[in-house]
Amino acid sequence: MRRFLLFIPFGICILLGVLFVKGLSLDPTELPSARLGKAFPSFNLPSVADANEQLSEQSLKGQVRLVNVWATWCPTCKREHSYLNKLANNEGVQIVGINYKDERNKAVQWLKRYQDPYIFNIYDEKGGLGLDLGVYGAPETYVVDAQGVIQYRHVGEVNERVWKKLKVIMQDLGWSANL
Amino acid sequence: MKWIALPLLLLSMSLSAAIDTYEFDNNTQRKRFQQLSQELRCPKCQNQNLAGSNSAIASDLRDKLYQMVRAGQSTAQIKTYMVERYGEFVLYKPSMNSMTYALWYGPFVLLFIGLLVVVALSRKKASRKATEVPEVKPQQQPEEQQTHQQRMKDLLDKKDD
Repeated sequence: MRRFLLFIPFGICILLGVLFVKGLSLDPTELPSARLGKAFPSFNLPSVADANEQLSEQSLKGQVRLVNVWATWCPTCKREHSYLNKLANNEGVQIVGINYKDERNKAVQWLKRYQDPYIFNIYDEKGGLGLDLGVYGAPETYVVDAQGVIQYRHVGEVNERVWKKLKVIMQDLGWSANL
Repeated sequence: MKWIALPLLLLSMSLSAAIDTYEFDNNTQRKRFQQLSQELRCPKCQNQNLAGSNSAIASDLRDKLYQMVRAGQSTAQIKTYMVERYGEFVLYKPSMNSMTYALWYGPFVLLFIGLLVVVALSRKKASRKATEVPEVKPQQQPEEQQTHQQRMKDLLDKKDD
């Protein structure tokens, strides 16, 4: 019995070891979004293409879509842009863009030069919508369902691996590619 | 003279980190702003608070905080606003709820377990000492020796036969 007690610290060490090794593979920069399962924050902002066109959270409803936060000053956005083009053209995904703390001219130029995968772009010059969404760095990509509720957030580049995950989530929400 | 230049440069850089020109109506507002910007964490830079970070998001949040303090919002209101957007993560001092009970009470539970172990061990030692003392009776030793010698003698006598 006493000998058995001696193994308790050993057991605790093993348990802590497992815990710490697991912690090593976690990404501390990946924060849970506080907005999951909640309605997309309300906003009233112009579109990038047309300063007179007003957009609101109502524009997001009706279909399962991706909402992508991007800016021309963000290098990762440039890297993921071609993949977004692919998603829009080949996979039939509807992507809404939020042009985050950017300049309209630059954004328009960018979309001309690198193609435009977005069905429309919200021009969030001051970053107010980004703040309401809890954006802490572009790019971020949200899955928003047909009722306009945020279902998932991905921080960082969207690529093949991320899309596989997003696709499953979107399909669970009743999304199917319309090409 | 050169050797002093680098540390001085570094020092001046760290001092100038994140000094914004915010103007307040009164000192309480300034104090609240300073306190909250110490307590709120920058979501991007992880181990810095809003006051200490130069990242774009931290400066946005400082602006927001400034506006909210100026508008006379309560600390609770401001914290709810931030938590709604960035989650519990933004609070350096996590709030007390069912998710964070382990965080708040865990150390005390561990301390209690530690105390229990210490008490149990010291008691065991004390009781062992108490039982050990009568075992070493001084008068027992000569007796034992006697029997020992007796047995030796017996053995030797036997051999002689």
